[in-house]
Amino acid sequence: MSRAVNTPAAPLAPSRRAFLKSSAAGAASLVVAFHIPFAEALAQGAATPEVNAWVVVKPDDTIVIRIARSEMGQGTLTGLAQLVAEELDADWSRVTTEYPTPGENLARKRPWGSYSTGGSQGIRGSQDYVRKGGASARMMLVQAAADEWKVPASECMAAASVITHTPSGRTTTYGKVAAAAGKLAVPTDIKLKDPKDWKLAGKRLARLDTVDKTTGAQVYGMDLKLPGMLNASIKDCPVFGGKVKSFDAAAIEKRPGVKKVMLVGDSAVAVVADTWWRAKSALDALPIVWDNGPNAKLSSADVAATLKAGLDANDAVIGNQLGDAKAAIAASARKVEAVYSYPHQNHATMETMNATVKWTPQRCEVWTPTQNGEAALAATSEAAGLPPAQCEVYKIHLGGGFGRRGATHDWVRQAVEIAKQIPGTPVKLIWTREEDMLHGRYHPVTQCKLVAGLDAKGEVTGLHMRISGQSILASVLPQNIKDGKDPVVFQGLNAPGPEASIGYTFPALLVDHAMRNPPVPAGFWRGVNLNQNAIYLECFLDEVAHATKQDPLALRRKLMANHPKHLAVLNAVAERVGWGKKPAKGVFRGLAQTMGFGSYVAACAEVSVSKEGKLKIHRIVAATDPGHAVNPQQIEAQVEGSFVYGLSAALYGECTLKDGKMEQDNFSTYQVLKMDEMPKVETITMPSGGFWGGVGEPTIAVAAPAVLNAIFAATGKRIRDLPLKNHSLKKA
Amino acid sequence: MAKLNVNGTLREFEAEEDTPLLWVLREQLGLTGTKYGCGIAACGACTVHIDGEPTRSCVRPASTVTATQKIVTIEGLSKDGSHPVQKAWAALDVPQCGFCQSGMIMAAAALLKQKPKPTDADIDSAMTNICRCGTYNRVRAAIKVVAKGGDAKSAGLTIQHVGDKA
Repeated sequence: MSRAVNTPAAPLAPSRRAFLKSSAAGAASLVVAFHIPFAEALAQGAATPEVNAWVVVKPDDTIVIRIARSEMGQGTLTGLAQLVAEELDADWSRVTTEYPTPGENLARKRPWGSYSTGGSQGIRGSQDYVRKGGASARMMLVQAAADEWKVPASECMAAASVITHTPSGRTTTYGKVAAAAGKLAVPTDIKLKDPKDWKLAGKRLARLDTVDKTTGAQVYGMDLKLPGMLNASIKDCPVFGGKVKSFDAAAIEKRPGVKKVMLVGDSAVAVVADTWWRAKSALDALPIVWDNGPNAKLSSADVAATLKAGLDANDAVIGNQLGDAKAAIAASARKVEAVYSYPHQNHATMETMNATVKWTPQRCEVWTPTQNGEAALAATSEAAGLPPAQCEVYKIHLGGGFGRRGATHDWVRQAVEIAKQIPGTPVKLIWTREEDMLHGRYHPVTQCKLVAGLDAKGEVTGLHMRISGQSILASVLPQNIKDGKDPVVFQGLNAPGPEASIGYTFPALLVDHAMRNPPVPAGFWRGVNLNQNAIYLECFLDEVAHATKQDPLALRRKLMANHPKHLAVLNAVAERVGWGKKPAKGVFRGLAQTMGFGSYVAACAEVSVSKEGKLKIHRIVAATDPGHAVNPQQIEAQVEGSFVYGLSAALYGECTLKDGKMEQDNFSTYQVLKMDEMPKVETITMPSGGFWGGVGEPTIAVAAPAVLNAIFAATGKRIRDLPLKNHSLKKA
Repeated sequence: MAKLNVNGTLREFEAEEDTPLLWVLREQLGLTGTKYGCGIAACGACTVHIDGEPTRSCVRPASTVTATQKIVTIEGLSKDGSHPVQKAWAALDVPQCGFCQSGMIMAAAALLKQKPKPTDADIDSAMTNICRCGTYNRVRAAIKVVAKGGDAKSAGLTIQHVGDKA
């Protein structure tokens, strides 16, 4: 194993300083900084060898913790560093981080495991092995000190990067023994700390990446500059499934700065110029004739009609079943029935899709913000026509991810195809906002018909939820669909278990799905299918409560007796908001709870609706049980952010099809929540231990139903299809 | 050669007349702290100050700004991140992904200069920047911290910084 392989590259963020230092040294060394690991150390003549795959300690006691998952705002970088540093007994004030590259991971047989940063998996999916990485490095460092002192390691202890031989009082630091430690065998018998003994993990520590984000110094993919780099702007056929028929390159080739006008695949045209603005302006002026293809007439109404037919179709696949719900409903004294729907939506990350690529016949390098470096490497390899070992991806902090930058790397493929047409020259592709809006990987569109059977006393005897609509897996991972079933469709409605389980026990239950896939690419959109499933179930239960004259909380509690963790967060919210007591005059409340991404969440919204129908959300109380809380102040940030994302969706979010393309092409037509509409959020973090849940996504799912149920309490209007902007809340 | 006064320095550049100030800053002058988010002045990620006025630079042709007008970008707000708004932002860990935050900070700095003790309504009307991560409540809290002379404790949000006493 070569030294280079031992010490993976630190391309940009988080080791921005290394980048700046080398870029200051001159244009030629800038590119080198991306090729050669630890540019900073090498510039000084010696790379620091690692202790193990997760930890490097420099002679000056600086600690570098390797982070495989991506930082996109959710705080994973800091949280994972806390977990490693905890087990390492590191001096937190000396902790820095870096991303090992996906290529290094591949070359070393994946010591850093998965790079996928989605499904709120960043911490819960890797906490065990990253903590072991920290603990193992600590054991090696202590052993190295003990060897030097010729004493048993059991007589030594470590704290804040200092090793002490307890009987003699001798001390040394991690930096002094790191080189020797790196030569020791990696321990196999590793015992992790009991979380109750944590000193760094579990604490409200400041993020490691804040300061650069307040000075403009943080480098995002869009900001990247390489020597000799050109810039590209692209237009893909705005109609889904369409292609390029022709374009008149001669019309723009003489414009200032334009270097090349090219076809990309069979559906897109790109202009490459010296600056991005010139590339974009030239592309705007380029006459393109599209072949709009088979979907040229498709509208959202067509999609809705297809989905509606699926609500009563016979080709459904069962996701959860208890007893014979259909028979129970048929035999019931009374039925409650409703149909809900949920629209397509765009992730609308603040930073549009971008990638910088340098391609030669021997090697392809990509710099891009990605939620999954390994998937980006695979996409690069395919598009470049080179084996993965001849490709590399350098991850850069993301200007938002929300699922858009994880499963498909469509923009990376485009950028590689562009760079292939200009061998040896780095090219940065940046999408316009319009391109980003028209070529999203959209939140899937579904409808749901719910039928509850009630007995003479108004108790539920059975529930049937028929979901009709789009499967994400059919779009992005069709190989994961078995026997026609996309299990992700049933998020939050699964049988009791550790993942996305339903929080109620009905005497009989049937949840099934009729798959209907419109020709619109679907993707994982923060919160995924939990978003609409929680609306369907939580709003419908409110309908049942209303129809049977029961208090919505009392009805839920009755059905939740067998689901203590679900119930605990709901109870916590009810208690904090004072559910039994009346809210202020004109203020009305709505409740919702769900479970997904490993965590239990609930919320209560307090809203008022003016005579003119104007909604004001005054206050949200939200509770989360994530099992373990690694950084409570960042959990609060994620919960607050989840309400912004979830309420943006509920109030405004929809992408509608007309003539085969999306009608919303910028924030002027795709409105999102702003500060003036943001409610106060009170977060209750109540980790109960024994499991690890995520916090980036689950709360989004309770935002909309809590507000919708409060709107019903305020107005008597039951909104069953979103967004709210399409409805008048004015009292009839 | 056209000239602009950016962060106290007279800078020369070449660009077509219609080139937005944003792209001159980012591509000609190497100041990438100011971000492109929408290109239609809807999101505020490109906010800079021109003679103290918060301005969305993505729709402002650079050719309409004279060399006597003083442009300040996020890089020029302070030399070392020590502007009271930047300090409050760091104290409360406001940014998440951070992409919108340059614009947020520039908008907040302009607001606080004009109204050192802004009301919630003042904040609502001045801070129309879009954040998709959802930092709005911390943005509001940080603006209030600045209005209270930098007293981060007044926000009631406990965050342990390196160097804090345990």
